[in-house]
Amino acid sequence: MDNITQKLTQKSESTKKDSMGRAVSLAALALIVIVVVAIFAFVISRGMSTFFKDGVSVSDFLFGTNWNPSVINPHTKQPYIGALPMILGSFLVTFLAAIVATPFAIGTSLFMTEIAQKRGAKIMQPIIELLVGIPSVVYGFIGLTVVVPFIRSVFGGSGFGILSGTIVLFVMILPTITSMTVDTLKSVPRHYRESALAIGATRWQMIYKVVLRAATPGILTAIVFGMARAFGEALAVQMVIGNAALMPHNLISPSSTLTSVLTMGIGNTVMGSLQNNVLWTLAMILLLMSLVFNLIVRAIGRRGEMK
Amino acid sequence: MNKTVVGIVGGVVVIAAGFALYANSNHSGSSDAKSSSSTSSTKVSGKVLALGSTALQPLAEQVASSFQEKNPGATITVQGGGSGAGLSQVSSGSAQIGNSDVFAEEKSGVDASKLKDHKVAVVGIAPVVNSDVQVSSLSKEQLRDIFTGKVTNWKDVGGKDEKIVVINRATGSGTRAVFEKNVLEGQSAVNTTEQDSNGTVQKIVSTTPGAISYLAFAYLDASGIKALNIDKVTPDKKNVEDNSWPIWAYEHMYTKGEPTGPTKAFLDYFSTSEVQKTLVPKLGYIGLTDMKVTRDSLGKVTKN
Repeated sequence: MDNITQKLTQKSESTKKDSMGRAVSLAALALIVIVVVAIFAFVISRGMSTFFKDGVSVSDFLFGTNWNPSVINPHTKQPYIGALPMILGSFLVTFLAAIVATPFAIGTSLFMTEIAQKRGAKIMQPIIELLVGIPSVVYGFIGLTVVVPFIRSVFGGSGFGILSGTIVLFVMILPTITSMTVDTLKSVPRHYRESALAIGATRWQMIYKVVLRAATPGILTAIVFGMARAFGEALAVQMVIGNAALMPHNLISPSSTLTSVLTMGIGNTVMGSLQNNVLWTLAMILLLMSLVFNLIVRAIGRRGEMK
Repeated sequence: MNKTVVGIVGGVVVIAAGFALYANSNHSGSSDAKSSSSTSSTKVSGKVLALGSTALQPLAEQVASSFQEKNPGATITVQGGGSGAGLSQVSSGSAQIGNSDVFAEEKSGVDASKLKDHKVAVVGIAPVVNSDVQVSSLSKEQLRDIFTGKVTNWKDVGGKDEKIVVINRATGSGTRAVFEKNVLEGQSAVNTTEQDSNGTVQKIVSTTPGAISYLAFAYLDASGIKALNIDKVTPDKKNVEDNSWPIWAYEHMYTKGEPTGPTKAFLDYFSTSEVQKTLVPKLGYIGLTDMKVTRDSLGKVTKN
């Protein structure tokens, strides 16, 4: 009798394990949330001190075109802290790389899912996965030894610039966009294809009018993910873009991106100085932009749900 | 389910243990350093972290490893990160030694009065060009005009008709600060391509026709580049020693206040003639004992 009461009133071994598992996974979640919040708080507090502590105006920072934080402008008594060249450079390489990479990514993934499924799975899948795994410094080094001299001999100039950055980023984000597009295309229900073929559509009509239509939100998400990767890429871009904080005159003039200025400058500045704070402000812009990219992905996901 | 829970718990335990070990080792490290400093016995032991300038890093690493061979109880960790990082980390006390290419007085945001300077070596810097450039000597004025953007074609300084591609080091880099201080004399450099290390500059100058930049002496010996003379003076060790080659700088190791314990022993070892006459020149730097002049943070040069 006692034994049964005990069994009924006390937690069993399994229940204990159950609640323990719950606690552990909750702790893991809490840790991650704390880390994310801490990163945001740290970067934003550092980044904002440019405006509050050093008294730089936001519009000067965002729309100024002259970047040289260690030199004081004799007229305004403020250092040159115009970040527009870098902001523009980051957006230019990102959008150009996405524009170039998207058709290739869609073509490759259509080939892999619709045209030659077997060969696609056997040959293309490993190649794409291999491309994802190559470290960015390798891309940068190849860019520096192959792409830059090539651009120099074809278009003249020094070879460093937005165009070289675009080419390197194109190769880097291609696998990201491709593999996500493949997943999207695979998730288009089989009966869509069968219905289209049954009413007499050719394979191209089926792909173009049915499969791609149904997969549009997923493809857009893939592109945004690729752009987020391009926007945040630092090392490879830094090696080929030339790192001149100048407004890009054309695609082959040396320019810079937010990330390249950050990685170049952070070790040479002293914590707490204006030169260091403005770099944190650039980091803040990067962080906010990746947030924006995430929101765009979510918005696309919600809108594009198939009805 | 059971296995998952065990796995998660195990993972957390391992991570926690890792943190604990890390914290522990840090703690014991600092207490070690303190205890040996208070006793200041002949036996050197403890941990020293030296970080900062990447230009000084290879030398510091070599000296650290030979110091540790002689003092097995001591652990000297050398890290890069840049002169700015070195100075700020030593000011905040998170590193025992901050390596820097420039005087702390020259870096904004550092309270130099709290730091003690230990000069450990001299580094010479020379302008370099791609080997297709036919110019082999420039005057200081011509060099200044090139780096401020007044002259943009090699034919204006006696070369062939070719565009000059100026490659700079990152703003705030120690090498750039030294070069600009001695060559530009207060004018600001043209805004142009910037690279973040001697190695990258060496590679880019050697592959870009018409390129000009500047490198530490240790990097001059490479195919595809050539060092320029300034006012007919060749960039070599001898000319730096008597200041006839003007572009040189001290490599500094800063400590917060007077160094003690293993930090002091390491810095003392660095300035022995054994190190200054062997390791320092071997790695392309110039030993302090060979210098015939001294320069202070304001740039004033006095004969020894």
